[in-house]
Amino acid sequence: MIAALALVAGIVVGLLFRPTVPTWMEPYLPIAVVAALDAVFGGVRARLDHIFDAKVFVVSFISNVVVAALIVFMGDKLGVGAQLSTAVVVVLGIRIFGNAAAIRRHVFRA
Amino acid sequence: MADKNEDETTQSDEGTADVKTASARKPRLASRYRAAALIGVLTAALGFAIAVQVRANSQSDSLSNLREDDLIGILDNQNARGDRLRQQIAELEQTLRRLQGSGDRNAAAKQQAEQDAAALGVLLGTLPATGPGVAVTITDPDHKLTAEDLLDVVEELRGAGAEAIQFGPVRVSTSTSFTTVGNAVAVDGTVLSAPYRVFAIADPKTLDTALNIPGGVAAATRAAGGDLVVDQQDTVTIAAIRTLPSPKYASPAPH
Repeated sequence: MIAALALVAGIVVGLLFRPTVPTWMEPYLPIAVVAALDAVFGGVRARLDHIFDAKVFVVSFISNVVVAALIVFMGDKLGVGAQLSTAVVVVLGIRIFGNAAAIRRHVFRA
Repeated sequence: MADKNEDETTQSDEGTADVKTASARKPRLASRYRAAALIGVLTAALGFAIAVQVRANSQSDSLSNLREDDLIGILDNQNARGDRLRQQIAELEQTLRRLQGSGDRNAAAKQQAEQDAAALGVLLGTLPATGPGVAVTITDPDHKLTAEDLLDVVEELRGAGAEAIQFGPVRVSTSTSFTTVGNAVAVDGTVLSAPYRVFAIADPKTLDTALNIPGGVAAATRAAGGDLVVDQQDTVTIAAIRTLPSPKYASPAPH
């Protein structure tokens, strides 16, 4: 509940203040967002599975973001930034789909 | 999926811990508030990031998000496009110059035609004319001057090169007629009476000489009891004009 409200509040604040993305952050922000989304979906699934733990959520959220950004950063340094970004997005997308499927089974029993 | 398994093991650990510390409720509660706040902060940050990223992505300046390779590709495309457009500009400028050239030629031809029309208008008497010339006053107290005498004046002026002649109020041209009407003279049907005023445009000295030549029209006028006075002027303005009938039968022959 708090998480959903905070998410909405964050979106509203972002829309209201219209901040510009700092240049150094531009390649990492989309990947970080996808990674965080993965963590959130995982959290929702765990919640529905009655195995949600705040510590795990917080740690996985932060580590997901950091690792995703790190991978992109390393990719940029190695000259394969675009490919690694794609790889990260694909992997996280698969995970999000898996989690979404689990959530769907819980919600719709199908 | 590995993450999920990890989650589960951790969670089961926590679960047993929960049972063990079931009596210590208060610190558990505080930690749960802290965790909820942390989760709230994180998800708010996520929402914020989503909004920011969506907004940044929807901005027209999407180039700033692109990588070097893509930018190089776009730059190449733009350069090729710029070259193409520059080529187009060169071609169009060439066309413009060509059209302007032909336009200038057309304008020159038009100007030439207008000048010709003006010159012809002056010679034919359809346009007012001005220039150096003479003002001639012919007196005829005895009414002895005939239409032929007045025609002689005009012929003399023509012979001296007069380019435009006004006789009384009538512009003289190729078809001008001098007729005797009773005791008076009519020019192109307009009855005139002495003294006659004649204006002619040409070199004033030549006109003066032609009129006053011994045995000429001046002498003839004086012999008839009248007088002919030539007044050389720097500027003679001939305002009278005549209209030309449009040819009914004749049309320009092709050459």
